[in-house]
Amino acid sequence: MSTSPERVIPQDPSRQGEAQALSHSQESLQARVQRTLEAAQARGASDVQAVVSHSVGLELGVRKGEIETLEHERDQSLSLIVYFGQSKGAASTTDFSDQALIDTVEAACRIARYTEPDPYAGMPDPAFKATGWDDLDLDHPWACDVTEATELACAIEAAGFATDARIENSEGASVSSRRAIAFLGDSQGFMGGYRSTRHSLSCALVARDAAGMQRDYAYSVARHADDLDAASHIGREAAERTVRRLGGRKLSTRTCPVLFAPEMARTLIGSFTRAISGPAQYRESSFLLNAVGETVFPAWMQIEERPQTPRALGSAPFDGEGVRTRNRALIADGVLQSYTLDSYAARRLGLETTGNAGGARNVTVTPGDKDFDALLAEMGTGFLVTELIGQGVNMVTGDYSRGAAGFWVEHGELQYPVEEVTIAGNLKDMFQRMAAVGTDVDRRGNIHTGSILIESMTVAGD
Amino acid sequence: MIDSLAQQTLLDPAGLGDSELSTLLGTTFGHGIDGGDCYFQFASQEGWSLEDGIVKSASFNIERGVGIRVVRGEQTGFAYSDDIAMPAMLEAARTARSIAAAGQSGRIAVASRAPSRPALYAPDNPLDSLGEQAKIDLLKEVDAAARAADPRVTQVMCSLAGVHEVVLVLNARGELTTDVRPLVRLNVQVIVEQGGRRESGTSGGGGRFGYQYFREADRAAGYAREAVRQALVNLEAREAPAGTMKVVLGPGWPGVLLHEAIGHGLEGDFNRKGTSAFSGRVGEQVAAKGITIVDDGTLEGRRGSLNVDDEGNPTQQTVLIEDGVLRGYMQDEMNARLMGTRSTGNGRRESYARLPMPRMTNTYMLGGDADPEEILASVDDGLYAVNFGGGQVDITSGKFVFSASEAYRVEKGKVTYPVKGATLIGNGPDVLTRVSMIGNDMRLDSGIGTCGKEGQGVPVGVGQPTLRIDGMTVGGTQAA
Repeated sequence: MSTSPERVIPQDPSRQGEAQALSHSQESLQARVQRTLEAAQARGASDVQAVVSHSVGLELGVRKGEIETLEHERDQSLSLIVYFGQSKGAASTTDFSDQALIDTVEAACRIARYTEPDPYAGMPDPAFKATGWDDLDLDHPWACDVTEATELACAIEAAGFATDARIENSEGASVSSRRAIAFLGDSQGFMGGYRSTRHSLSCALVARDAAGMQRDYAYSVARHADDLDAASHIGREAAERTVRRLGGRKLSTRTCPVLFAPEMARTLIGSFTRAISGPAQYRESSFLLNAVGETVFPAWMQIEERPQTPRALGSAPFDGEGVRTRNRALIADGVLQSYTLDSYAARRLGLETTGNAGGARNVTVTPGDKDFDALLAEMGTGFLVTELIGQGVNMVTGDYSRGAAGFWVEHGELQYPVEEVTIAGNLKDMFQRMAAVGTDVDRRGNIHTGSILIESMTVAGD
Repeated sequence: MIDSLAQQTLLDPAGLGDSELSTLLGTTFGHGIDGGDCYFQFASQEGWSLEDGIVKSASFNIERGVGIRVVRGEQTGFAYSDDIAMPAMLEAARTARSIAAAGQSGRIAVASRAPSRPALYAPDNPLDSLGEQAKIDLLKEVDAAARAADPRVTQVMCSLAGVHEVVLVLNARGELTTDVRPLVRLNVQVIVEQGGRRESGTSGGGGRFGYQYFREADRAAGYAREAVRQALVNLEAREAPAGTMKVVLGPGWPGVLLHEAIGHGLEGDFNRKGTSAFSGRVGEQVAAKGITIVDDGTLEGRRGSLNVDDEGNPTQQTVLIEDGVLRGYMQDEMNARLMGTRSTGNGRRESYARLPMPRMTNTYMLGGDADPEEILASVDDGLYAVNFGGGQVDITSGKFVFSASEAYRVEKGKVTYPVKGATLIGNGPDVLTRVSMIGNDMRLDSGIGTCGKEGQGVPVGVGQPTLRIDGMTVGGTQAA
């Protein structure tokens, strides 16, 4: 086997403590990857790729000031893909015994004897592989024990109850902290891994008035506990979001402008990233089929993928095939620049991998110059959407129809809460009719965008 | 009394006999503990998929582990291990028990629970029910049937999946229950193209049996033709209407309406906590007279059926709504205890690594007496929806949606033309009061449903007869 560079991002020694100690060392995980590669090659595989991952976590939930659930998580898995020429097999297991390793390798090899040769199957071109990478600052273990987590969760929930007397019930507040390590290796000599952490705080509350009950929530999530919002802020936000929904009404059926709050605007950009993914393209299952070079958004729109952003939730130094990730434009001046491809999709489409095995990372919409209030003013009269339910997105045609709740807006000001309506249109058309993106960027996920204003959609109600 | 496969798969490799299990129970439970369990699971699953006319990839996965849950009052402590061995289990037990005040460890005797009725499915491993080449041939037949159905078919993607799951539940009372569960699924999606317009159609089925099911009664090719039919209908679809109108729902899978509109709202956890729009409403009229809805985990071979739930309790038929009146909730052990009632055998979990909750099994409405033709003929202006994607509900406000993937305009009692998919939205506690006609054609779905709750997916079934609902909001783009 090769002796190519093996890198693990160094851990901050000052942060090492009892909390979140991983129970498998990086050496033992790396050795397991190596043994898997050797076992597959010994059975005749022409190429093999293996991933070993392990994580530990704590999730604590309180409800009405008492611990409701305390969950200790500890996960591990081994997965591999083998190639026998152009035939492929895959297998995985959570069992880390030596026998399970052999059984899993043999299962993958057995499958590859039956699958049919696919001319596009295979490993990525080694020229695209990551050979060294920067520390993306993703590993920040949080020494949060059960006592501290309980106090924190209770403080969040108490802040919610204290905000408004109409908060009469709770689905609870929770604290979650998880630390993971993963190693990827392949028969071309790639071997790499890194640790990462993810911590979150959340709260869901219930308010009641004469008309009935409403529920809403707030949350904060980050790689580093210091980046989490304050407990009091999360509780208050959950309460305010819940109470403001009381007394929701339907609208009459109409056509009007729609402003998507940032956490909902994210779902529109999510449909965009799915539409430009490799499988959607080669399966002809995209409303943006063969759209590179086409004007998909208004000319002011810029969307980038930023996988190399330090500490961001979607960051990764290399993709699921060991291909280096890089920051790049997806939309420039409204025009689609590139699809998001792994090596298989790239070969199918006659293109080069874009380092997107595992998906697009930190998809970032460049904000405009208006904040949320200015966008409300720009809309004037219309529907502010703060919740969407149901699937209702046809990726082949772009037809869009989802359940929505939010607020009716007149003269740039919220008039009353709205519920039990749908909003409908076609995504291709909705993208073209985007009027503005706000500066109120939500970075809590893999898609970073501010509020998005769409000129016109159909709202169905009474 | 222990099922021999469960014994061989879960206990023997770790040398676990009555004495070890008794020690495990004593360490986990005891004085001051109200319930909980040690949930042992072994699951092997495979998936084969076809694209571009060839079976180019397949995967095989094994999961094995034990989850240890300790319940005291309204509190739950939980830990799990991928390693079924005494040291790891005792460590998980002590961690899970940390929610309770330290108590004396003792020993609790183990007693096997005998099945209360004949099994609903055979324990045979479905992964072995066809040879590998036969699985590939089956997918190729589906591909060929879809392509033969119409020249406008440009893409066919189909997949065959099987799971064999061995479960052993050892509860805080020392009762030991086992279940061996097969589950298979065949799915097909096609893309059709005509004059630059592309549309898709999907179909499939499955249940708790082997792969031979798909070879019987022309089912595999039937799914292919059905997917093509739906896609071709959509090629002709016009803009869907927007607004409130009469809606006729077809039989079978449209029963996802019941799952969203009332099913989730009747799960015990939400009602114990008072967060459901149905909380405290047992005995009230929540649906039109003539409507009876049940959750039934005892149907032979169905996707949502179980011999015993994941707490080891036998599943049952639970009447949720009887002649329009709300009768009861679906319960697991903890929520039943806290609400002073009994488990209805609805405690389910995705795996040993997740906590059980009250979940649906097969949820359906009993048939009525109206002829489906007569129901359509009675509608002057409305929508007829026969196929759906998924749905979602906000159980607190009661608002729910489900998305039609095949629907038609009905005018003057006649089905006139297909319309594009649209989301339907309503309010759970009152939508069923607007049901004005109930068809005599009750049907269950073909075995395709997966329900998600708090991130856990479990297989479920739904069903209903043709229904006329006098007023639902249809989310199309064409305002009247």
